[in-house]
Amino acid sequence: MAVKAFTCTVCPIGCEITVIVEEGKIVDVKGFGCTRGKDYAVREVLDPRRILVTVIRCRNGRLPTVSVKTDKPIPKGKTWEIMRILSGIMVEAPISMGQVIVRDVADSGADIVATRPNPKSDENSDQPHPIRIRSFRR
Amino acid sequence: MKRGYDVVVVGGGPAGLAAGVKARMLGLSVLLLEDSDTLGGIPLQCIHPGFGLHCYGEDLTGPEFSHRLIGSAEEVGVNHILNAYVSGMAAFPDNRRITLRVISPDGAFKLHASTVIYAAGAREKHIFEAGIVGDRVSGLYTAGEAQALMDLYGVMPGREIVVVGSGDVGLIMARRFALEGAHVKGVVELLPYPGGLTRNIVQCLEDYGIPLLLSHKVAEVKGERRVEKAIIVKVDERLRIIPGTEREVKCDTVILAVGLVPYIKPLRDLGVEVDPSTGGPMVNGFLETSIPGIFTCGNALAINDLADYAVEQGGQAALGAYNFIKNRGIPEAWKSVGKGRNVKLAIPHYISRGRDAIIYVRVKKPERNVKLHIPEIDWEMKLPSVKPAEMIRVRLDAEDLLKIIDGLTIEVIPDTCRR
Repeated sequence: MAVKAFTCTVCPIGCEITVIVEEGKIVDVKGFGCTRGKDYAVREVLDPRRILVTVIRCRNGRLPTVSVKTDKPIPKGKTWEIMRILSGIMVEAPISMGQVIVRDVADSGADIVATRPNPKSDENSDQPHPIRIRSFRR
Repeated sequence: MKRGYDVVVVGGGPAGLAAGVKARMLGLSVLLLEDSDTLGGIPLQCIHPGFGLHCYGEDLTGPEFSHRLIGSAEEVGVNHILNAYVSGMAAFPDNRRITLRVISPDGAFKLHASTVIYAAGAREKHIFEAGIVGDRVSGLYTAGEAQALMDLYGVMPGREIVVVGSGDVGLIMARRFALEGAHVKGVVELLPYPGGLTRNIVQCLEDYGIPLLLSHKVAEVKGERRVEKAIIVKVDERLRIIPGTEREVKCDTVILAVGLVPYIKPLRDLGVEVDPSTGGPMVNGFLETSIPGIFTCGNALAINDLADYAVEQGGQAALGAYNFIKNRGIPEAWKSVGKGRNVKLAIPHYISRGRDAIIYVRVKKPERNVKLHIPEIDWEMKLPSVKPAEMIRVRLDAEDLLKIIDGLTIEVIPDTCRR
């Protein structure tokens, strides 16, 4: 028998929930204040998932990185596998926001998508120029 | 180049962008000044989700949130100058005119505006303000510096890290370091309770096995050229160091996440009234400061929990600027908002009887089963749990506010009728 204790994160109250597991099955859930909290605790035991965010390397961009996320929550247990895959990736600017970088990463069913555009670096940007009021309307 | 505008917005982060967009939508001529080389502000380096739930009803990462706002600014055509720093301002209330001195790589120049929306954000508290003594060596960073290094420039600030401060910023950075392979030795918090949201305690610390040291303090940093160790001590309930509890923790990096302070130097120089509890200006319901025509919003007004609140305030400040220009000033009978039991801060400081109002409240200490109570208008809202980490946002209807005579008091009191 295993007893797993959680602080519920569904709402700000933060109930202390305990889940009692026997042979991989949940036999009891205690301490929850609402059914959403109970569901949360059960999910945390059976299949905890998280959105994973990080940055990957990017060549020839205005910034040397592109921020990315998984487009859906991934199983917590796949975190390190996915991080290892992403650490070996280098993309080339320009990158647009929402661009898919890796499809179905580590068979998680989630894609890695860019959360920040990274345009090609502008080599002339340090040149002096007259006071420039930028307008989006060209 | 045009030198006169209805509104000059200082700062191109969430608050400033929202203010610029709203002002344009209200038909005002707008110029936005941003001192960095890009619009978007700090969320560009906050790559985690949790942004946009209020504004867009979606869970976005910081960069996505900023780019939504940049997209809106693009759509309505908010003119802006990048790398432009406001070095000073002068107000001429009789002429309803404000002058701004601007320094940019292309030269220094003056601008005139009928109104200014000041949205320059906050600065991070530094090591002196955290009361940490010892060597000033390489390896000491504020959380924001470390975040920019990692998540904009792809540079790891260190390998063995101690984080000072358990607010959401400290917790989220602790997770980032751990995820990128650093060993986070602990998050050190002076108070007996964590400063951040429960969700972040679970998802940032517990998920990665990072210890949280409550009622502890980094007293001293030691090292030659690079941080080598932090001296950590326990503190008592009055936050005094308990002698004999010192221990050394080996580390190469100390991260300071000990809070933010509204950056309002140009406003202070003008002599705006400042609220010591927020560190920002005193404002009325249109977020106008004590100097007519100068409005403020976002973290320059007060440190917000959510960038969404900064956006909401930006819109409100723009509405204020619109009313100011239309009516040649804001002629309202402002009533003061007082702070009662367990209320650390309440914004705005003055409200009008005739208008709906949004009030942001932060409590002094955590409590359960309480209610937010305004005795003057007999208004209350039940709250199962309040924490200093979570700003309370309430909307009051103009109808309720008609009952005010002199002012109102916001208090958090035990909810005795409960259960």
